[in-house]
Amino acid sequence: MTLFLQQLMNGIGNGVIYASVALALVLIYRTTGVLNFAQGEMALFSTYITWKLTDWGVGIVAAIFISMLIAFAMGALVELVLIRPVEKKPPFVVLIVTIGMFLALNSITQLVFGTDEKQLPSAFGDHSWSVGDVRITGEFVGLICVLALTCTLLWILLQKTKLGLGLRAVASNPESARLVGISSGTMLMIGWAISASLGALGGAMYVPTTPALTAGSLQAVLVYAFAAAALGGFDSPVGAVVGGLIVGVAEALAIEYIEPLHDITLLVPFLLIGVVLLYRPTGLFGRNIVERV
Amino acid sequence: MSLLSVSDLRGGYGPVRVLHGLGFEVNAGEIVVILGANGSGKTSTIRAISGMLQATGSVRLHDEEILGKNPEAIARRRVAHVPQGRGTFPELTVEENLRVGAFSRKDSAVDEDIDRWLTTFPRLRERRTQLAGSMSGGEQQMLAISRALMMNPVLLLLDEPSLGLAPLVTQELFQKLAQLNRETYIAMLIVEQNANLALKTATRGYVLEAGEIVATGTSEELASNDEVRKAYLGMA
Repeated sequence: MTLFLQQLMNGIGNGVIYASVALALVLIYRTTGVLNFAQGEMALFSTYITWKLTDWGVGIVAAIFISMLIAFAMGALVELVLIRPVEKKPPFVVLIVTIGMFLALNSITQLVFGTDEKQLPSAFGDHSWSVGDVRITGEFVGLICVLALTCTLLWILLQKTKLGLGLRAVASNPESARLVGISSGTMLMIGWAISASLGALGGAMYVPTTPALTAGSLQAVLVYAFAAAALGGFDSPVGAVVGGLIVGVAEALAIEYIEPLHDITLLVPFLLIGVVLLYRPTGLFGRNIVERV
Repeated sequence: MSLLSVSDLRGGYGPVRVLHGLGFEVNAGEIVVILGANGSGKTSTIRAISGMLQATGSVRLHDEEILGKNPEAIARRRVAHVPQGRGTFPELTVEENLRVGAFSRKDSAVDEDIDRWLTTFPRLRERRTQLAGSMSGGEQQMLAISRALMMNPVLLLLDEPSLGLAPLVTQELFQKLAQLNRETYIAMLIVEQNANLALKTATRGYVLEAGEIVATGTSEELASNDEVRKAYLGMA
């Protein structure tokens, strides 16, 4: 039982990270209809910036905030320079651009920051408490708080502010949005910027739970995040969070209890994606809009 | 000076030319209808005015050239375009749709106006919190028009508002438009195939054929024009 609870907590901890990267994917997908394959590598670059800042002596929490701000600007720049020129092209073209960004960003990261392993401190220190036989780490509690806070702020932004209304209007009907005077370009830029920020946050949460920061650090996370988004529904922020948690827990339990999966845990998200696409292509929370005429 | 003055408008899609140098005017407070069959260039004309279609020639609003400006800039000059097929925001609620319409407004009367248009269209008030995508075609058309009105428009462009609506709903819609025009004095440019109702509602009209204006006159004149009667009113 103890082992089960411990694995469950590990799973939720990872799930929180998958959820935050999945949220970033969903945000871009909802506002632009693009699956951003470079999401993980954008987060990777930001995580290296966070590391560089701590290397210069900046505190980890401050470093995360600064790198989120830098990521915000970079996300906007990426939309403006790389995505906008192909915006009206077929989705495949945009997809290829994001895959190109994936490769380019990974190489640029290695070029700028070197290829040796780095250590990124955790934002939550290494406190832990024992409840019975189960150990609850500060990291676990911190991750959950950060996710809860992120979700709340995103919800307020999207549902309660004028900017959020504009973002949703562009996502819903870009042409009509322009006809009421909303600059769709600006909205898409903001969508990419917020999403890149979320990625920076997710990266800085995730890397300290792994042995070291390397150029490959966030590639598996992207796969898990895609699984989470597919599971929850690509157009649903709630789905991204629930999907992330399910994928995280499924992975942790599979490692523990399914012997053959020990060394190939990446199989878990692919299996989940496969099953979801077979039985519920819109995901658990995805909407099948029925339009009446 | 007229509110909207269009001259020598030419444009199309890639190599296909649709508009061949047409011109017309809309005066303040008027309802003007452009009649035309499928493919005559009605939608293209209206899209050229709102900046959605690249065109050459001249489109002047209050004597300011707006041709070549982007749709956002033209919308901010309070030209409200209700596109063909309504163009509502299906994933947003009725009230949110109305708020989106007021997106570029800086004044504080937005809530008041929402209430005003919900009173004009009581069906929308009943469905205030419902998603726009789940409503019937007629309700969505009312919503699209209300959203356009939320822009405080000086000119309302309506692209085939009757498309896909039942005859009774269409009739109600045109009555509402006439009533709105009387009460608010907002000028309207309606492109339509439904000549019968459109001519009853409009003050003046133009007939568009293959991208050119071929006839013009008051609604009465057009309604008694033999060509128009044959082509659009189903009378010999």
